[in-house]
Amino acid sequence: MAGKTLFDKIWDAHVVHEIKGGPSVLYIDKHLVHEVTSPQAFAGIDKRGIEVFRPQNTVATPDHNVPTMDQHLPIKDQLSRFQVDKLTENCKKHGITLYGLNHPSQGIVHVIGPQLGITQPGMTMVCGDSHTSTHGAFGSVAFGIGTSEVEMVLATQCILQPKPKKMRINVEGELSKGVTAKDIVLYIISKITASGGTGYFIEFAGSAFRSLSMEGRMTVCNMSIECGARGGLIAPDETTFEYIKGREFAPQRADFDKAVEIWKQLKTDQDAVFDKELNYNAADIEPMITYGTNPGMGTKISGNIPREDEIEASNLTTFKKSMEYMGFEAGDQLVGKAVDFVFVGSCTNGRIEDLREVAAFVQGKKKADNITAWIVPGSKQVEQQANKEGITQVLEEAGFKLRQPGCSACLAMNDDKIPEGKLSVSTSNRNFEGRQGPGARTMLASPLTAAAVAVTGKIVDPRTLL
Amino acid sequence: MSIDKFVTIESTAVPLPIENVDTDQIIPARFLKATTRDGFGENLFRDWRYDKQNNPVADFVLNKNVYSGSILVAGKNFGSGSSREHAAWAIYDYGFKVVVSSFFADIFKGNALNNGLLPVQISDGFLNTLIKAIENDPATKIKVDLQNQEISMLGTNEKESFDINPYKKECLINGYDDIDFLLSQKEKIEEFEKNRA
Repeated sequence: MAGKTLFDKIWDAHVVHEIKGGPSVLYIDKHLVHEVTSPQAFAGIDKRGIEVFRPQNTVATPDHNVPTMDQHLPIKDQLSRFQVDKLTENCKKHGITLYGLNHPSQGIVHVIGPQLGITQPGMTMVCGDSHTSTHGAFGSVAFGIGTSEVEMVLATQCILQPKPKKMRINVEGELSKGVTAKDIVLYIISKITASGGTGYFIEFAGSAFRSLSMEGRMTVCNMSIECGARGGLIAPDETTFEYIKGREFAPQRADFDKAVEIWKQLKTDQDAVFDKELNYNAADIEPMITYGTNPGMGTKISGNIPREDEIEASNLTTFKKSMEYMGFEAGDQLVGKAVDFVFVGSCTNGRIEDLREVAAFVQGKKKADNITAWIVPGSKQVEQQANKEGITQVLEEAGFKLRQPGCSACLAMNDDKIPEGKLSVSTSNRNFEGRQGPGARTMLASPLTAAAVAVTGKIVDPRTLL
Repeated sequence: MSIDKFVTIESTAVPLPIENVDTDQIIPARFLKATTRDGFGENLFRDWRYDKQNNPVADFVLNKNVYSGSILVAGKNFGSGSSREHAAWAIYDYGFKVVVSSFFADIFKGNALNNGLLPVQISDGFLNTLIKAIENDPATKIKVDLQNQEISMLGTNEKESFDINPYKKECLINGYDDIDFLLSQKEKIEEFEKNRA
């Protein structure tokens, strides 16, 4: 019998029951909840007159909808305030731990999970948010779910889920200077398209991923969903164990050593078979940027937007619509395009390492006059750490201002909206039409590229400034 | 609790031949502030449907009076992006019972099925045929027969079968709810917890 993949091992260990010809009843170890996709699920529980089955396995925080200024004041937007209050009320009623707006552990749900040591190898994790795939960086099976499924987990700690197919993406070799985790994942998505991973769960393997920090691995796994894959994971190793050690909810002392022995077994067997396998060379990857309106429409920053004759006939209508929205011409050079906004933040790139990277680049430099820059830490802990390391000061001296934690301009649910027609270089995960505000135009890139753009005021290859 | 039972549908259809329609287009994030499931249809495709002054955009398909019906026929990779179930709620609330495409994003597909909205995946060729037929004659009627897993164009020989998970098919036809099913599995779940402790 062929060996098992890492994904199979974790999935199979969580199957409570298999329905013949149907989905599996899958047990969920950790459930993360935020204010936007949970109120209808809690209402469902109440309507059925049942209790939350395992409240201790659910953790909640408001992030999508919160303002990033004056968080100590009541939220001005009435609907947002009501939604955040509803989360507080639901958590209180059902005995769920909540990191509220003024709690020192509040932040974007996918930033606080790892940071508190809640995310651990071998777990199944879900959240009513597609970027739950982030937690796969620790060798866990983590994926986004809809609100009906949030209700399933609240009611039974399980969901009904068909088992996805398995894909492995190997990237071997060393990354060149100026090329980061974000560039790897934008490169992969540009190769396999925004739907190339649909139906699969991806394992990212190879030396390029092994050499990444946990923050970098989280950036990669975070964007698995942008190629359509439900999730992505990376086998845990010393980097993983070192990151988890000593965190609030991590196993402590002897328990930690015991856990590490178990976590070390979490890897794909040599003879395991994947439904699809892709191989890339790290040396081929350059700093990347998107030019269109889905994350698959990306290319190396030093390159040009494809010409129409380079686009497959079936994609041409979508491509033209995209160019019209972005105000770009097919074949355009990317370098030199004037930019209006820079957004550094989100569950993709709002962690301390991302802020360090930006600060290291802008130290001693000044922000370009034409740029409005929003730097939004992923959590209160990231904010604290940035203050402690002097990052906040470096950024302020360069003309930036740190805002308060939340999802912010990644999805523009709060007031952080890029104005209509303005061009934004963003470290977030989606460049869909209107994603950063109605009519806003988004180009996705790494924090390093975003920092370089903020300083020069236009699209620039960061390698030319290193 | 239960969802609406899915019965065989014969209806005219609305064509949306755009690929990669993501859930931010279906329902933009700024409309996700509600705490109930109702009323999202009003803002379905908001930024394509209305201009900045909230006037209907004349050439967007939902604003063209010639098209109507409970079937939405859309381009490849429908429902990509965010996991917001509000997208499925918005489509259903607007009055659609079926979305036809040649490819669906996973999370959207699951969300749709959990709300009695049937995603019907067909070949690129048949999708093209349907869209052309509807655009040529908006009175074209399409039949979606879930029991026999078949979609056909009435008055022609054009038809195709489609796949659906047998469990989900039973749920839709009978209006069963996954949560009721899971609640019936409580003993097994508790036993699972005990065995792994």
